[in-house]
Amino acid sequence: MSDQDFKAFAVVAILLVCAATLVVGAYGLRFSRTTSDFYVASRQVGPGRNASAISGEYLSAASFLGVAGLIYENGFDSLWFPVGYTAGYVVLLVLVAAPLRRSGAYTIPDFAEIRMQSTGVRRMSAALVVAIGWLYLLPQFQGAGLSLQSVTGWPTWVGTVIVVLVVVLGVAAGGMRSITLVQAMQYWLKLCALAIPAFVLLWLWKSQGAPGPQEVVGAGESLREWYEPLTRSTDEPLSLYSTYSTLMALCLGTMGLPHVLVRFYTNPDGPAARRTTTVVIGLIGMFYLFPPIYGVLGRVYLPLDGAEVAADQIVLQLPRAALPGLTGELLSAILAGGAFAAFLSTASGLVISIAGVIAQDVLRPTLQRVTAGDSGLIQSFRLATVIAVAVPVAAAVFTAPLGLARTVNLAFAIAASTLAPLLLLGVWWRRLSTTGAFAGLLVGGTLATIATIVTVVVRPENSWLATALSQPAAWCIPASFATSVIVSLLTPDRIPSGVSRTMARLHTPEGVELSSVR
Amino acid sequence: MRPLPPPDDAPQRVRVTSSRRAPAAPARRPLQTELDEQTTLGEVYVRGLMGAQFRLAASIIVVGVLGLGGLPLLFWIVPATRSLRVLDWPIAWLLVGVVIYPVTVGVAAYYVRRADRIEADFTEMVEQQS
Repeated sequence: MSDQDFKAFAVVAILLVCAATLVVGAYGLRFSRTTSDFYVASRQVGPGRNASAISGEYLSAASFLGVAGLIYENGFDSLWFPVGYTAGYVVLLVLVAAPLRRSGAYTIPDFAEIRMQSTGVRRMSAALVVAIGWLYLLPQFQGAGLSLQSVTGWPTWVGTVIVVLVVVLGVAAGGMRSITLVQAMQYWLKLCALAIPAFVLLWLWKSQGAPGPQEVVGAGESLREWYEPLTRSTDEPLSLYSTYSTLMALCLGTMGLPHVLVRFYTNPDGPAARRTTTVVIGLIGMFYLFPPIYGVLGRVYLPLDGAEVAADQIVLQLPRAALPGLTGELLSAILAGGAFAAFLSTASGLVISIAGVIAQDVLRPTLQRVTAGDSGLIQSFRLATVIAVAVPVAAAVFTAPLGLARTVNLAFAIAASTLAPLLLLGVWWRRLSTTGAFAGLLVGGTLATIATIVTVVVRPENSWLATALSQPAAWCIPASFATSVIVSLLTPDRIPSGVSRTMARLHTPEGVELSSVR
Repeated sequence: MRPLPPPDDAPQRVRVTSSRRAPAAPARRPLQTELDEQTTLGEVYVRGLMGAQFRLAASIIVVGVLGLGGLPLLFWIVPATRSLRVLDWPIAWLLVGVVIYPVTVGVAAYYVRRADRIEADFTEMVEQQS
């Protein structure tokens, strides 16, 4: 079995996934006619399909490839990542799911305007949505290139170009209606692509007498560090801080991710939004049972020393290493297809929400002025799609990759310290003032961005400061909340005047007919 | 200027007294209108609903923080728990890698049932008052 055959299998699997994405998207296109279809699928998607779509969109390459890689590298302490990704949906469910659906907003900036009645807060949150979305898109595009390179040896730009083309075609042509169907399909595709090889590998491992990782790596101190919680760093409180900071970023960051929230507006009502979220928690929890299997078996079959496999690629390389021959090649090809489903679905979801914000907040006002109202909404959405993709593609080409899960976690940290406080205080606290909301976004955004830039550019060595900067959530989130609350209490005259009516609208069940509200 | 004398066909003066009928009951204001018009009464109801929902949400968050946040603390304070094994299975890996997910789904399902109940009660109360 030569390398050439593996290349062919993997390329076929990836092309099949891309073709399925476009065909299902084109099928959904037949129903996509109005602007509302484009942005929110006309809000008529049932909980089952919507939950599959949310999960399909949420489980990015960071989950499909990155989590297993982190566990392979760091061992137990990385098990908290999938837990945090799941727990984020519980926080979202109990604190904001139904009220956000009832707010009737399309995007986070829409919510900011409805709740705070301020263009300033709206613009600020729009800028943050676009920034977070771009930061999240960057590793998807880079990862696609690296994964294709890992399985075929082709240059990295090929994978990036494939993902960009499929995403732009799908999003610009069909909008949210067709994307919902595509992403629902991609969840099941990803689950099967990860689960089937995992079962085969587990069976193989069992039949070989279940060799432990130590038999390959060589027993010793390093393996104990990998195997047990909180033993990675010589400084234990540092490990503890990292664990807690990661959990905070993931738990609160989920609700602030642009592509997650836009999905909730496609539910018919508040109770449906809650039911959808519960199904999502079940679906992504089921998915996250599998990445640790790859991380652990990676330690068995792909020993650290001597192997030249980047952590993000161990999922793709593991079956070939464990099962040399046709079966291994086929399983690796299935995983490559699944990884591309992950790149495509997350990138589509992100692009659609970034494009929605760019079209609404930047392009439409400008186009209205230039063309005196002649430009259509859908045209501006299509133009916005191209802009939404162009910036992260340029960044993907010109920056060195930092690792899938690491980059994604920085996006989580920024979302958790900016949009999460705005949403939480906006939904539950009547005394939030416009100035307070703005100050919170500004302080949280500035601190988290500085920490991110220092981490990415300067890359400081092991120290308390380095850990605090690479895991900024634990101090950025409290800073943002405290700023919002203190400034709001100091500026009671800047509380939006219609706050009682907005609160009634966010929290009153649909069964109660409020004539002024809906 | 002198006032004009009353014309001959002017109606006789009558004395106005109170009506014999009991005063009409003031029109009942449905509770929806109170909620709608941001009256004090309406706001009291919305605050009550928000309070009930928030208490429920906060209790779930507290359970989550204790459960999820307690595990790393336990591993830190009692190092023996890090490598604990039951039937040769490492407990730490099983808890964080497997058991945590069904538990999370259970908590979420419990929350949805309770939240739906609170809203159904509120809707029923508003309908009765209208």
